[in-house]
Amino acid sequence: MFGPNLPLFPEQASTLAPRVDALLYFLLAVSAFFSLLISISIVVFAIKYRRRSDSERPPLILGSLGLEIFWTAVPLAITMVIFVWGAKLFFVSFYPPPNALEINVVAKQWMWKVQHPEGKSEIDELHIPAGQPVKLLLTSQDVIHDFFVPAFRVKKDVLPGRYTTLWFEASKPGTYHLFCAQYCGTQHSGMVGRIIVMEPPAYATWVGGGGTGGSTTAAGQKLFQTLGCATCHLPTDSGRGPSLVGLIGKTVALQNGRSITADENYLRESILEPRAKIVMGYQPIMPIFKGSVSEEGVLQIISYIKSLTPQAGAQGKK
Amino acid sequence: MNDSVPEHRLHYLNASYGLKSWLLTTDHKRIAWLYLISVTFFFFIGGFFATLLRIELLTPQGDLVQAETYNKLFTMHGVTMVFFFLIPSIPAVLGNFLIPLMIGARDLAFPRINLASWYLYIIGGLFTLTAAAAGGVDTGWTFYTPYSSIYSNSNVALTVIGIFVTGFSSILTGLNFIVTIHTMRAPGMTWFRLPLFVWSHYATSIIFILGTPVIAISLTLVALERLFGLGIFNPELGGDPLLFQHLFWFYSHPAVYIMILPGMGVISELIPCFSRKRIFGYNFVAFSSLAIAVLGFLVWGHHMFVSGQSIYAGMIFSFLSMLVAIPSAIKVFNWTATLYKGSVSLDAPMLYALGFIGLFTMGGLTGLFVAALGVDVHVHDTYFVIAHFHYIMVGSAVMAYLGGIHFWWPKMTGRRYPEVLARLAALIIFLGFNLTFFPQFILGYLGMPRRYHVYPPEFQALNVLSSAGASILAVGYVLPLIYLIWSLRYSPVAGMNPWKARGLEWQTPSPPPTDNFEVTPIVVQPAYAYDVLDEPEVIYAPEKAAHV
Amino acid sequence: MSDTPAIHAHQFDDSVQQHEASWLGMWVFLGTEVMFFGGMFLGYTFYRTAYPQGFAAASNHLDIWLGTINTAVLICSSFTMALAVRAGQIGQNRLVKIFLCLTIVLGIVFLGIKFTEYYQKFEEHLVPGWDFRFEGALVSSAEIFFSFYFAMTGMHAVHMIIGISLLTVLIVKATRGRFSASYNTPVELIGLYWHFVDIVWIFLFPLLYLVGRHLG
Repeated sequence: MFGPNLPLFPEQASTLAPRVDALLYFLLAVSAFFSLLISISIVVFAIKYRRRSDSERPPLILGSLGLEIFWTAVPLAITMVIFVWGAKLFFVSFYPPPNALEINVVAKQWMWKVQHPEGKSEIDELHIPAGQPVKLLLTSQDVIHDFFVPAFRVKKDVLPGRYTTLWFEASKPGTYHLFCAQYCGTQHSGMVGRIIVMEPPAYATWVGGGGTGGSTTAAGQKLFQTLGCATCHLPTDSGRGPSLVGLIGKTVALQNGRSITADENYLRESILEPRAKIVMGYQPIMPIFKGSVSEEGVLQIISYIKSLTPQAGAQGKK
Repeated sequence: MNDSVPEHRLHYLNASYGLKSWLLTTDHKRIAWLYLISVTFFFFIGGFFATLLRIELLTPQGDLVQAETYNKLFTMHGVTMVFFFLIPSIPAVLGNFLIPLMIGARDLAFPRINLASWYLYIIGGLFTLTAAAAGGVDTGWTFYTPYSSIYSNSNVALTVIGIFVTGFSSILTGLNFIVTIHTMRAPGMTWFRLPLFVWSHYATSIIFILGTPVIAISLTLVALERLFGLGIFNPELGGDPLLFQHLFWFYSHPAVYIMILPGMGVISELIPCFSRKRIFGYNFVAFSSLAIAVLGFLVWGHHMFVSGQSIYAGMIFSFLSMLVAIPSAIKVFNWTATLYKGSVSLDAPMLYALGFIGLFTMGGLTGLFVAALGVDVHVHDTYFVIAHFHYIMVGSAVMAYLGGIHFWWPKMTGRRYPEVLARLAALIIFLGFNLTFFPQFILGYLGMPRRYHVYPPEFQALNVLSSAGASILAVGYVLPLIYLIWSLRYSPVAGMNPWKARGLEWQTPSPPPTDNFEVTPIVVQPAYAYDVLDEPEVIYAPEKAAHV
Repeated sequence: MSDTPAIHAHQFDDSVQQHEASWLGMWVFLGTEVMFFGGMFLGYTFYRTAYPQGFAAASNHLDIWLGTINTAVLICSSFTMALAVRAGQIGQNRLVKIFLCLTIVLGIVFLGIKFTEYYQKFEEHLVPGWDFRFEGALVSSAEIFFSFYFAMTGMHAVHMIIGISLLTVLIVKATRGRFSASYNTPVELIGLYWHFVDIVWIFLFPLLYLVGRHLG
């Protein structure tokens, strides 16, 4: 609208965007209605009932229970509609579909480091294919950041010490803004980048151009060997540590009687702070790897662990 | 009652002279003036920071100040405006002055604690000003960890000490108001005859006393973490940065109701007076203030929808946030209905009141946008949020404050103010405000994040509009500063009740005597009895004469 | 023994109103104190749920005997305080002063023991941010435990010191004959404050000292 120098509405570049905009339009309509209703009432009353003489005495009107109930119930009903609609949308944006392409992102003051599973890595840019759900696994090396792509209508805080996830499906090729949307220090407004959406064949060509370390999973497997994980974590449960095959998504029984679902955060904690949660039936003897492996390395190891499905040789790309 | 020239009659302003009689006063009316001067000072300091921000934002590049300076400017703007202007302004200036008068008491329950409140406010302000002079703080007024507790190189500890100390000022004010309203109402002043201004300050005081201690402890923990490297919020040491967000917002969300409820109380006084009509739905307006205070404590997580908190927490907080909108809507409808068949006079205070209703409606409705989970994901931490809260804090709260100052100016000073200039200023403020902040809704939805020193060039046109509006708004704010000071000497003397308003404060001379009422009044009318304007509001019984 | 007439401050209509207002004021103030300590209790609960083993291990490093003695000392001081209030209500000025003195002495004993404990922790390198050392893998959660230990007991100690100062002022006023059977509100209200500070400790003691301890 109004050309590139006075944009008034953001592009819709994801499958989610039109749905968010639909709720926005509803909210705009409700707001316009009530704003106009009140403003016009005020103007009309101020004119129609303007004071003509100092001696006039308006009638005694105390209130009306019926009106109070009416203008309580109607806003309540409207806000409930908004709540349910917004909650449903949120639910959709919260849980990625199972076939999403997983890409790891590590944020640090003041840049975005992107790691594609095939091995390619980027700084402040993210190439993705159109028409394919993409799930980002995000973590920060320092303070809280936030991954925000206005054209996709998605946003998620990126935290130190744990993972958050974000998913979207880009609907059309193009280049879109990436902003950090959680104040993170001096160059917060410089922590911007580009999301480059390509047609799937072009993307396949781009990503096949290979990174330096091979695929994320292969890099993870290498770390799994060199850090000595394989000596305790055997393919069966007979080792000093539990087997990691098929672990992701499984319910794990812990020593203190509680159980937990093994997600990426659990895996990360188990590598960096293994004594925090001990699996039932095992000894607290796992070395602490905090300081010995970078956030990128942890992500690679997790990618490898995810690939350990019960069917031998299968590469589980979630 | 006589309308004699103030100088020939003893009242609270001329009862004693000299700096000591002001700095050691326990008279709630003088303390209100001490606050008036201090909050005005901080308002213009905060406004100065905002001016620099808006000038910088005229261009996409960072060409006025460096990034670090910009970050300090928006932080100091937020800290100054929130803690040293918005939270104290109406309660400590108008509340302090009016509550004893409105309930027919001689003073607040604890006058010396009232003075202590002011000194705590000043000491807190001095700490914060020192922090600013020493180079400022750059964490944002929200002090999110671990940036504030570990990474920032700015004067975090000094600033949080300032906020901590000022917090006790709030707590003591709230305590004073609650005790006073409960125990010192004049005979005949039952709870349901109280002016709604008093009800709203009662509700605000509940938030003061229950919420402020929590931010005190949250900021203390940040300071301890910074000074001793504790690790409570540091993930490297097993801490959780989100714990800070929960603790911080547990107070800071109710704090925004501290900032608006008193303003709503002012509007509830202005609308009936300038329509000469009883307020529509008194009970509903009174209870809606309490409902806002209670519900306001249950919604803090709506600042954290994308923080990594669980989806179920998000849903609960979104639901409760929808509920807290309803009592505010009820007030807007009741105020508007009061105008119906009234006798409406558009004096300056009424212009502010009507502007409040319109702008608060817009600000409150945009609150629904951010409370709706699916939309908040997009607009969180963008200029949309900035526009939303400025519609409430500036478009509503500041306008209510100015409306109240104008309305009660004759009572406080014994002088009128220049009406034409006042109406002009109100109009300039209204127009300047909208031009400043409406474009920011659009900017926010387009995706411009908050706290950005530089921005993509396509956002420039809207930023220029916003900065242009800000310059108009600034003119609007400077005008009252000038003409109100001018009026102290040159405006006509005001009588006891120049607006023919209802309310006990108008049943005593302007300015009031030190003990407020020569004789304790006995209330015989309900609130806002404008339908029987010619009948007396109070009677006096000789045997109930006030302690002389 | 002087029997001062019931005077009241000028803003009140009578001494009944003044008493009502003062009493409500103290309860409201204690409400704010609940919220103040409540924030720390909340943080403590959150981390204890997250790190039960770390908290238990760290708690076992606290001196349970000193903690128990301190609890007994404080409970006794609440008793002497209550006796002081009672003495005030029946106009026994001399007893008021004696019991206030006893309360102060017990309060000082409490603080003495507390600071001894602090010093011990300093020697054992258990003060966070000050060369903190803790054997084993639970060092992070132990440090968080001790952060809360010092913050909470420290804030409690500050309140004790304020309480002792207020009690001292009360003794001075009692000596000057300010109190009588018809006016002893300050004693009553500071008694409330003292009991509150005691109750905070009664919550702190098990939460800090008794985590994961079993008899025998």
